[in-house]
Amino acid sequence: MGRALAPYLLSLPSGLWLLLLFLVPLAFMLSLSLKTCNPATGACVMTWHWGEFPSEISLYHQEFITSLYFAAASTIVDLIVSFPIAYWIAFYGGRRKNFFLLMLLVPFFVSFVIRTIVWEFVLADNGVVLGTLKHLHVLPAGFHVLGTGVAVMAGLAYNYLPFTALPLYVALERIDRRVLEAAYDLYATRRAGFLRVILPLTVPGIFAAFLLTFIPMFGDYVNQEILGGTSNTMIGTVIQNQFLVNFDFAGGASLSAILLVIALIGIYLYARLLGSRTIEQYL
Amino acid sequence: MALRAEGETANPVETGERASGKASRPGRTGRILAVESADVEFVGVTKEFHDLTAVDDLNLKVEAGEFFSLLGPSGCGKTTSLRMLGGFEEPTRGRILLGGQDVTNLPPYRRDVNTVFQSYALFPHLNVFENVAFGLRRRRFDRAEIRRRVSQMLEIVDLPNYEKRLSTQLSGGQQQRVALARALVNEPKVLLLDEPMSALDAKLRRQMQIELKRIQAQVGITFLYVTHDQEEAMTMSNRLAVMWHGRIEGMGSPKDVYDNPTTEFVASFLGASNLLPGTIESSAADVVTIAVAGGALMHVPPQRVSRLETSSDVKVGVRPEKIGILELGNDVPASHNAIGGRVVVSTFTGVGNQYIVETAIGVNITVYAQNIGHQSAPRSGDEVILTWPIEHTFTVAPLPTSVEINETEGD
Repeated sequence: MGRALAPYLLSLPSGLWLLLLFLVPLAFMLSLSLKTCNPATGACVMTWHWGEFPSEISLYHQEFITSLYFAAASTIVDLIVSFPIAYWIAFYGGRRKNFFLLMLLVPFFVSFVIRTIVWEFVLADNGVVLGTLKHLHVLPAGFHVLGTGVAVMAGLAYNYLPFTALPLYVALERIDRRVLEAAYDLYATRRAGFLRVILPLTVPGIFAAFLLTFIPMFGDYVNQEILGGTSNTMIGTVIQNQFLVNFDFAGGASLSAILLVIALIGIYLYARLLGSRTIEQYL
Repeated sequence: MALRAEGETANPVETGERASGKASRPGRTGRILAVESADVEFVGVTKEFHDLTAVDDLNLKVEAGEFFSLLGPSGCGKTTSLRMLGGFEEPTRGRILLGGQDVTNLPPYRRDVNTVFQSYALFPHLNVFENVAFGLRRRRFDRAEIRRRVSQMLEIVDLPNYEKRLSTQLSGGQQQRVALARALVNEPKVLLLDEPMSALDAKLRRQMQIELKRIQAQVGITFLYVTHDQEEAMTMSNRLAVMWHGRIEGMGSPKDVYDNPTTEFVASFLGASNLLPGTIESSAADVVTIAVAGGALMHVPPQRVSRLETSSDVKVGVRPEKIGILELGNDVPASHNAIGGRVVVSTFTGVGNQYIVETAIGVNITVYAQNIGHQSAPRSGDEVILTWPIEHTFTVAPLPTSVEINETEGD
């Protein structure tokens, strides 16, 4: 009977990990959204107060919309930028594929916040890029990027690029080159080979990349905090402020719950459209 | 032979042209594989990969409508030759002609050949219908014509009602038929087949061999078939070429190449051969006499002697099924060669007996005797005399001793 128990025993550590560090806090967070808290002491009492949800939505729906917009736009930018990169590595990387993939991940050796702060320097009004362009009179002196939605989206797109590039790479790498040869043999030009074979076979990878990039971007607040200035507030920033600035734990928790539900709906629709198998395949 | 739909005239397919727009093409409608097959010519084709010469000065002409096989062990250059004709590799030197037209530097999609790949390489995202329709769609045939041709082709390969299936839902044999239909539906001038049976089990393989031969006769297209399976090549081909180390070692009809092997490699690779080393003793107009090791003399018809000009060393060969076994003390029939030996292994195979006979000169000789029932079969340990007609004796030039013939499968 020891053998029959073995799989359960082996899964115990990871099961406990998941339970204690993921499910318990999640349940705690969800219950918190129904509690009433004393901002001064931080003590919360369960009151089953559902009213927090409609009031938070009416207060912050604009931030949800901004987040959706920024995340969607940045994800699309990432898809457009990383497709050629992933394509090139998969088809022309040769023996150095792993080296190129590593290069893609090198920025990740630096902390997320530091990377974003570096972008602040890059995009500064008189920084390397804008300063030079202004000096050359390509841009007017008053032109600025920092503190706008563009800066936030640039930061998001930069920070999450590998989340898009890697699933795309996996999808492209998987394409059987002989299938591509068959397409050329059957009168497909290089263009037709790309549109009729490579692209359709990459679709699951594109969706996986979209999901992996879009969902964390949706809840991101670091980019907006550092690059977005005081405007363009994303929902992540609101939640962070509720918890750490306003000590409105119930409000922050209910906003988190709403964020979670939106993400889950997205994943559900995705799985319905493409099957859950495709997500597993590309992670 | 071209099949034709009723009331239609056969026009040769206008090749290589691409219609502009998606307009219907009346000139192409209604025909069933009324294709003009073309001949193929390799002229001095060499392919080098880095320091490896995969194909070495290949000169080969395949006639229109022929079923031609390139046969050889893995790495002999047969697949590379096929890929050069398909346009997937460019020759280092030499020219490839298709129906007289130089196609050496054309990309695959500009060549009027189609390929059945070893792995089938079906499009995993498309169903059977779309797989077969792929080539027609790229050439912008109109919808009705595509539907008609695909349905018809699926009939020919015996897969009607499979149109909606995905390739992953098909068995190996069915996938192979789809791969065949997908190539043939385009009415290529030449169909290239790269070991298409290698993924099938033995029984299905024999079935598909017959099927393929039937389809080839039906569509009349030139088939260029690559295989390492000598039986497969002999069963199906009008002619075949045995390749080794990037060169053609022997070429002709299966019977011709089998009966008259010109090199030691062909003698061993295409069927089995017993080869006895010897030296040419004398050459007369009607017979060549060869002394084999141990002093016995063998007689060979002069037209069946292949040798190097620089050396009188040869190997005397005879096929196992040509040899008769006599009990010791019997007379050797006239016009026969003979050698004595002792049976070391005797195996009953159903259709016959296989013997391995150890000769005094240290070479084991294999003998296949048909099971015709009225002889008492020799048993192992028996002393016997092996005899065979002079006319079935041949010689080949010996290989340098350092070269080994490797018959491993696959590519």
